[in-house]
Amino acid sequence: MPEENGNGKNGKATGLLERLKSALQEDVQSFRTDLPAKAKEQIEGLKKPTKTALYTSIFRHKHDDTPRNRALGVLSNVFLHLHPAKINRDAVRYSFTWGMGGITFYLFIVLTLTGVLLMFYYHPTKLQAFRDVLYLEHDVPFGKILRNMHRWAAHLMVITVWLHMFRVFLTGSYKAPRQFNWNIGVLLLVLTLLLSFTGYLLPDDQLGFWAVTVGTNMARATPLLGHEGPFGKMLGMTPYNDVRFGLLGGSIVDANALLRSYIWHCIGIPIVASVLMIVHFWRVRKDGGISGPGSVVLASEDKAQRGPRHA
Amino acid sequence: MGTSKAVAGAGVASVGPEDNEINQGRRRLVWSTVAAFLTAWFIAFFRFFLPRTLFEPATSFKIGYPEEYGLGVDTKFQQKYRIWVDRTPDRMFVIYARCTHLGCTPDWKPSENKFKCPCHGSGYDSEGVNFEGPAPRPMDRAHIERSPDGQILVDVSRLYQWPKGQPSQFNDDGSYLPV
Repeated sequence: MPEENGNGKNGKATGLLERLKSALQEDVQSFRTDLPAKAKEQIEGLKKPTKTALYTSIFRHKHDDTPRNRALGVLSNVFLHLHPAKINRDAVRYSFTWGMGGITFYLFIVLTLTGVLLMFYYHPTKLQAFRDVLYLEHDVPFGKILRNMHRWAAHLMVITVWLHMFRVFLTGSYKAPRQFNWNIGVLLLVLTLLLSFTGYLLPDDQLGFWAVTVGTNMARATPLLGHEGPFGKMLGMTPYNDVRFGLLGGSIVDANALLRSYIWHCIGIPIVASVLMIVHFWRVRKDGGISGPGSVVLASEDKAQRGPRHA
Repeated sequence: MGTSKAVAGAGVASVGPEDNEINQGRRRLVWSTVAAFLTAWFIAFFRFFLPRTLFEPATSFKIGYPEEYGLGVDTKFQQKYRIWVDRTPDRMFVIYARCTHLGCTPDWKPSENKFKCPCHGSGYDSEGVNFEGPAPRPMDRAHIERSPDGQILVDVSRLYQWPKGQPSQFNDDGSYLPV
């Protein structure tokens, strides 16, 4: 090393002090100039919040009413992007869609929210289940309205699923290229009914208990997998290893059945249904959006457009 | 190596037939391993739902001495064991209290001398033979025998049936006690 006198790089003892001094001066200077500039920037930002980096990082395009922005509003949003960016005006008429698919999804959201809240008070055990339902009904603040919202939304969802299916059938929306989505819809219908059925047992009251007794007794007669069904005995089915046993977790509707109902109702089926819903909505878009009424074509136009092809 | 037309069109053909064979074999091995793994778990998943040990009421139990029962239907063990003890002039048998329609527990109506199922209205006479409603056959009877101490031993896991159009098992050994 060339400098070994301990006086620093400049070779003078005063080097350190001077450098400190100049650095301080720079800092003071920067406070004088930069601080007002930054403050001005902040104030500008407050005046025009839509220009700030924070705002533009969240909202990535303008929202004035142009076709491009309206399309971007759908495309750049994770929740909306399952929808088509544009759609035939007639196809979203309520008289055409009845809004049943959307209402069904809305009810599913209501059921998810109220259901999660009910789970905070409900124990899926024979000792506590019915007591918890009474507790919710009579003592828990807002428990009664939450339980009834859950119950009525569940009834309503079964109805709207059927009406949605009926509408899709009436408008021929199950036809090509939408056959695949019809089948997804059928699976979702089955899952909706299973959600309804598994939820029935959870209050552990007489109604639910006997309804599930009746329902699962039908499973005895399942072909191949039920001990009273066709070929069941040949395959070695007994009340202790058939499909009913697997559903109930036992040979009678008891604690295991209550717990299994609960888990299928709150976790298993909703997860599967959510995945299928994502596929369902996605396919609506990919198969050309909501099917709409045929576009209005004048007779003269019709000939001009379709004549050569049909000739 | 891609399989697109662009790759093929560009004349990229460095992968020989032998190499292809080797790669496919390895691919098959990997996929069959994955498939076997998933299949094993799938089977385990199903088996998981069938427990080995159950914590359910005993299916075999003693219900006292024959002398304790008079003629007719006795409902004292309906709540505890889901059975009715039925005594006729010449025999004694135990009806398993499960409607043969869809498995509800019927009610004994002494005033009407019949069993009536609250779920879908099946009706049975005092010996458990169906005469109205959707029930397809008489109610099943449980195995019954005298234990060495003289008490009646009932086993509801061994049931005697009389399916429609088929021979009755109600006269089989073990389906009744002669008195």
